[in-house]
Amino acid sequence: MVTDVVLAGVGGQGNVLSARILAEAAMRAGYRVKTSEVHGMAQRGGSVVCMVRWGEEVYSPLIPRGRADFLLAYELLEGLRFLEYLRPGGTAVVNDYRLDPLPVLRGDAAYPEDALGLIREASGKCVVLRARDLAEEAGSARAVGTVMLGALSVFLQFPRTAWEDSLRQRVPPRALEANLRAFEMGRKAAG
Amino acid sequence: MRSGDKRELLSGNEAVARGAYAAGVRVACAYPGTPSTEILEELTKLPGVYCEWSPNEKVALEVGIGACLGGARTLVAMKHVGLNVAADPWMTLPYIGVNAGLVLVVADDPGMHSSQNEQDSRYYARMAGVPLLEPSDSMEAYRMVGAAFELSERYDTPVLLRLETRVSHSRTVVEYEDQRREVDFPYEKDAVKRVMIPGHARLRHPVLLRRLEELAREAEISPFNRVEMRSDRVGIVTSGVCYQYVREAFPEASVLKLGFVYPLPERIARDFASHFRRLYVVEELEPFLEEALKALGLDVMGKARIPREGELDPDLVGSSLAEIMEMDTGLQDGGWNRPEAARAPRSSTLPSRPPVMCPGCPHRGLFYVLSRMKLVVSSDIGCYTLSVLPPVSGIDCQVCMGAGVGMALGLERAFAGSEVNASYRGKVVGTLGDSTFIHGGITGLIDMVYNRIPCTIIILDNRTTAMTGFQDHPGTGKTLMGEKTHALDLEALCRAVGVESVRVVDPWDLEGTEKALREEVGSDHTSVIISRRPCTLMRRSPHPVYRVDEEECTGCRRCLRLGCPALVMRGEKAWVDEGLCAGCSMCAQLCRPGALREVEDGD
Repeated sequence: MVTDVVLAGVGGQGNVLSARILAEAAMRAGYRVKTSEVHGMAQRGGSVVCMVRWGEEVYSPLIPRGRADFLLAYELLEGLRFLEYLRPGGTAVVNDYRLDPLPVLRGDAAYPEDALGLIREASGKCVVLRARDLAEEAGSARAVGTVMLGALSVFLQFPRTAWEDSLRQRVPPRALEANLRAFEMGRKAAG
Repeated sequence: MRSGDKRELLSGNEAVARGAYAAGVRVACAYPGTPSTEILEELTKLPGVYCEWSPNEKVALEVGIGACLGGARTLVAMKHVGLNVAADPWMTLPYIGVNAGLVLVVADDPGMHSSQNEQDSRYYARMAGVPLLEPSDSMEAYRMVGAAFELSERYDTPVLLRLETRVSHSRTVVEYEDQRREVDFPYEKDAVKRVMIPGHARLRHPVLLRRLEELAREAEISPFNRVEMRSDRVGIVTSGVCYQYVREAFPEASVLKLGFVYPLPERIARDFASHFRRLYVVEELEPFLEEALKALGLDVMGKARIPREGELDPDLVGSSLAEIMEMDTGLQDGGWNRPEAARAPRSSTLPSRPPVMCPGCPHRGLFYVLSRMKLVVSSDIGCYTLSVLPPVSGIDCQVCMGAGVGMALGLERAFAGSEVNASYRGKVVGTLGDSTFIHGGITGLIDMVYNRIPCTIIILDNRTTAMTGFQDHPGTGKTLMGEKTHALDLEALCRAVGVESVRVVDPWDLEGTEKALREEVGSDHTSVIISRRPCTLMRRSPHPVYRVDEEECTGCRRCLRLGCPALVMRGEKAWVDEGLCAGCSMCAQLCRPGALREVEDGD
């Protein structure tokens, strides 16, 4: 049994860090883990996808299309872009946030208006939240990723300490309290 | 686990650093380049290793050669195209051999996530006659580095360790020794072996060829080459991260997994092949293994079905081979573990989201002005290359680091003697970054002055190597190991090579930048303009932002010509996303009615 999570967002939204925190929590929960990240040019405001897989034995760092148990969409269009990775009946956690890419800003392409509807339709379960608002409420606008992880955590059986230890290791000490609150708000939003 | 052992989730790059540390590496050098950069960044955190950012990959390898001859185990790291720069020392190093081990880690980028080409570096092993190891994940990368040092010393040869993006930038659990072995080899003079005058080199080439025969025998017993027998109908040969894709797509197939890839272990390959009617080869990019297997006379299917360009993944491996495997073996889909099709729109039908220059990026101002002036602009590799995209569309040509200078010279000479292109005369500028100017641009500038070429070179000095994640370089005044050092003075350097006109502009000042360009471009001498402002992402201090006064905004969209991601149209009016705005003021400089106003950042 392998559990697969796709984290799709825009460069700068922090899904690379979220993927790392998720992977470390899975490791602490006792699983074999593999991740795939994006670095370099693609990060400059481009489409950024990370993948995290865990189980007894994991091979490919890339998840086959139609296999992901969870899709974490940090932005609607990016969620839609990687929706084909979600397995039928899989769960989507969606940040209800639209960020127009350059071709849309320039009027060369149209932003898909029904992105959220399409994600809802394709997923077995769909949790929609406004992660940025929740993060700000928790005390750090940058904790969007932690809100998303909090929402995801409702569906996973990781011990609470696995999450907290991973956050502690990866988040700067001064932002830790806000991130722990953000995690909790994500949980509540999904629960 | 023994004491001192640790268990951690490491990227392939971090695992390489850990492996080198455990093996007692004492000198490590690199020029940053995605996907290889984090190797040195990780290694420099560990005690007892001299780590440096070299000005370019050629220097890095030369430092490495000196260090290994001097008795220190040495690691040199670079991205695939970096090995082109280092190819000169690389091709002769196997003649002279090593003393302490030297491992060159090269990271290929299939799919060009962050590169200008997707060359296959495995050929550099074959071309130089050097053993090649290829890991399939972080744990194997860790083990291979230690083995590579031993191999290097036992056979008196450098070793090439080839990574790919999906090995460098994927994380797996690695059990590693958090302790450094002390390795120290005595230095002995041996000029016949190490000074490659023709008479000596003629003696050394046969040594290299004999060594390759011995290495071929070593490959036969390497623990990194293994046969996994499962199905008696489907046999696949693979290496690197493709092994993982094969296991995912065809879980029941038998696999010859190669880790010691060159020289090819021919006996193992023949033995494996004897079990099957035909072998399938799964490898990214070039048919490197496939050609070697075909040369053995084996029936092999590879690139006839599997794409030769781009990155592979489990879906692509499965869909490329399922049909032919079914035809060959009668197994349904050849045993492809095919996922159920998802009900999603094809991602290719969605608007793309290309990377863009950040809000406040100093390059935006400079290239906006260049584009407005309708100049012919050669450039090189950096964030600024993104200004080729609309709306700025400011670059004509680009190939590799430093090339902006040489290409400008060539363009200028071609136009000077041309009738049909006479209108481009005096309109050529070459652009390049601060780090890439040092990497490979300075020699081009010397050429320009030497040959009296009237042309303008613009150095985009953002005080860092931004694209790869803010590495220091000789111009920043800080070393990789965090020490303060002399900061290369670009103005003084340009003057020293003979450039008479050297001036500095602030690219946030559009008018001042354009004025300087109008004065220099088309003049009768070589000139340098340094466009200087630190990368906006490095700024930590609070700053004002801009806001649109909706009463004043006429909706003319002039400000949109900058392509700033913080500036969009909302209905008929421009709107600034204050959370993204960096306060550079360039949009306000373009706004005729003065609708863009500075306000204090409320965030």
